[in-house]
Amino acid sequence: MSLQARDKEFLALLGPSGSGKTTLLRVLAGLEKPDAGEVRFGGEDFLSLPVRRRRVGMVFQHYALFRHMTVEQNIAFGLTVRSRREKPSRADIRARVADLLSLVQLEGLDKRFPAQLSGGQRQRVALARALAIEPRMLLLDEPFGALDAQVRRELRRWLRELHDRAGVTTVFVTHDQEEALDLADRVAILKDGELIQLGAPNEVYEHPATPFVFDFLGQACRLPGVIEAGRLRIADWESAAPKDAPGGPVEVFFRPDEVDFAPVDGAGLAAEVTGVAQRGPDVRIDCRIEGHAMELIGHGPTLPIGVAPGLSVRIKPFRPQVYAAR
Amino acid sequence: MSQLALPPAASTATPAVAARPIARIRLPGIAPLMLLASAAVMMGLIGLPLVVVFQEALAKGLPPFLAALKEPDAIAAVKLTLLVAAIAVPLNAVFGVSAAWAISKFEFRGKSVLLTLIDLPFSISPVVSGLVWVLLFGAQGLFGTFLVDHDIKIVFAVPGLVLATILVTFPFVARELIPLMQAQGADEEAAALTLGAGGFTTFRRVTLPNIQWALLYGVLLCNARAMGEFGAVSVVSGHIRGLTNTLPLHVEVLYNDYDSVGAFAAASLLAGLGIITLVLKTVLEWRHAGELALGHRS
Repeated sequence: MSLQARDKEFLALLGPSGSGKTTLLRVLAGLEKPDAGEVRFGGEDFLSLPVRRRRVGMVFQHYALFRHMTVEQNIAFGLTVRSRREKPSRADIRARVADLLSLVQLEGLDKRFPAQLSGGQRQRVALARALAIEPRMLLLDEPFGALDAQVRRELRRWLRELHDRAGVTTVFVTHDQEEALDLADRVAILKDGELIQLGAPNEVYEHPATPFVFDFLGQACRLPGVIEAGRLRIADWESAAPKDAPGGPVEVFFRPDEVDFAPVDGAGLAAEVTGVAQRGPDVRIDCRIEGHAMELIGHGPTLPIGVAPGLSVRIKPFRPQVYAAR
Repeated sequence: MSQLALPPAASTATPAVAARPIARIRLPGIAPLMLLASAAVMMGLIGLPLVVVFQEALAKGLPPFLAALKEPDAIAAVKLTLLVAAIAVPLNAVFGVSAAWAISKFEFRGKSVLLTLIDLPFSISPVVSGLVWVLLFGAQGLFGTFLVDHDIKIVFAVPGLVLATILVTFPFVARELIPLMQAQGADEEAAALTLGAGGFTTFRRVTLPNIQWALLYGVLLCNARAMGEFGAVSVVSGHIRGLTNTLPLHVEVLYNDYDSVGAFAAASLLAGLGIITLVLKTVLEWRHAGELALGHRS
């Protein structure tokens, strides 16, 4: 696979576990050697550079803070290990640490040890530590993986702001599609060590390149269909085929909330409603279409007309994606 | 650098470390009896012999006891024991750290073989650990003629004692470190590397501080065994008084000479060493329980 991150970009590597995204990140950092291929940074051959010369800031999944050092010592580590010639003075290091502590809003915690911090605080220390060396690239391995849902959502926005301010090319790994779509400039979707699709969050969400991507980026309903002479036929319903759709037998994918409901004598796919459940702002509708059990989602507090358990309706996916049947 | 707005909930997060309540278990009826029984057995089998050692050593009063310790052979034995430990323990510490480092931070072929080899001295008799050196370097041994030709003495001399001690105390440090280092993983080292630290700096500033207490603990046990080793050392020593007799061998020699006070005086030194080790060990376990516990679960 080949993948290029643009300057100052926020790039997400998204994939299920085992897709090779963390390995790719570790190759970028220099912690692992690829069997073949090359890694370049601004034209420079990165593979021939040892880890310590790459100046890549990495935030590990479990932060890997130095447990026997205080927050201050952790952040200063990258500066204090420099050779005597490049090492900043003691006062400079202290000033830099203070700057970073205020950047990640951990003032006053400089004398704490990692074990005395919460998960979110540890993550911010790890980030400050990585930023201390003024990295040419920031690598984040599942940056929110070990945090609870609420902290995760809040830190996400904050991280994005931090990235925009620091202006460092950032590559982050995640298995959470919502996170990737929300945060990144571009998303690279990986599967089994291969790059499946690369694009802006909206682009990959609206036009998933493969059934896998469609499935991975959100909930999916799938039905078999046939395309003939520019017409897409699913069961007894026919509509204009989407542009660039392949001919012959196809698999039709659509999001469970991207459907229009119509009365049973209207146009669309015949669906037999088997259950309806109000779920906060949404309505979950269980139904059977062509013998396939399916779960649809209606937005808003009111049920679509004619939808009740035991009744039949017709539904029309308004933005189906079509892939050649395998 | 100016402030970035951080959502309040994240910044007010409470520290993750909460004191873990210790579960108190009420022992059922028979348990106190069992506790008493085990305490009695301990007193009888361990406490009593210890008392006897000091009692016998001081049987004829303090002056003979001190005289036995001031005897040239006794002083030579103490010096030799210290010398052997001073060589064997640091070597095994270095070896133990290297082996534990290799085993816990890297994946390579033959890892399980290496682990088995490290444990080998635990499973073979110390006498065998001594005998192999005689078979290798003794006059009739594999390299015997070569050593005689070049006038190098290994067996029945200090090098033999050191070799035998190293072999017997081989696993102590490594065994203590491996579980701890495996649990710690290699992430902190990786982080240090990405931050620009070299291999040695990483070891000195990240790895070593993380294992220091377990290392000290391992060295302590290794040292106690090195100074107290009898079997392996006995085979390679040759029992030359004042020359190749370590303290445990000195005890045996005196005892065979019916010099009870002398034997027990020397033995009391070893017992004293044991008690000191025990105290240090308890202090370490008490103060650094978390880091050491890993090693003891294996």
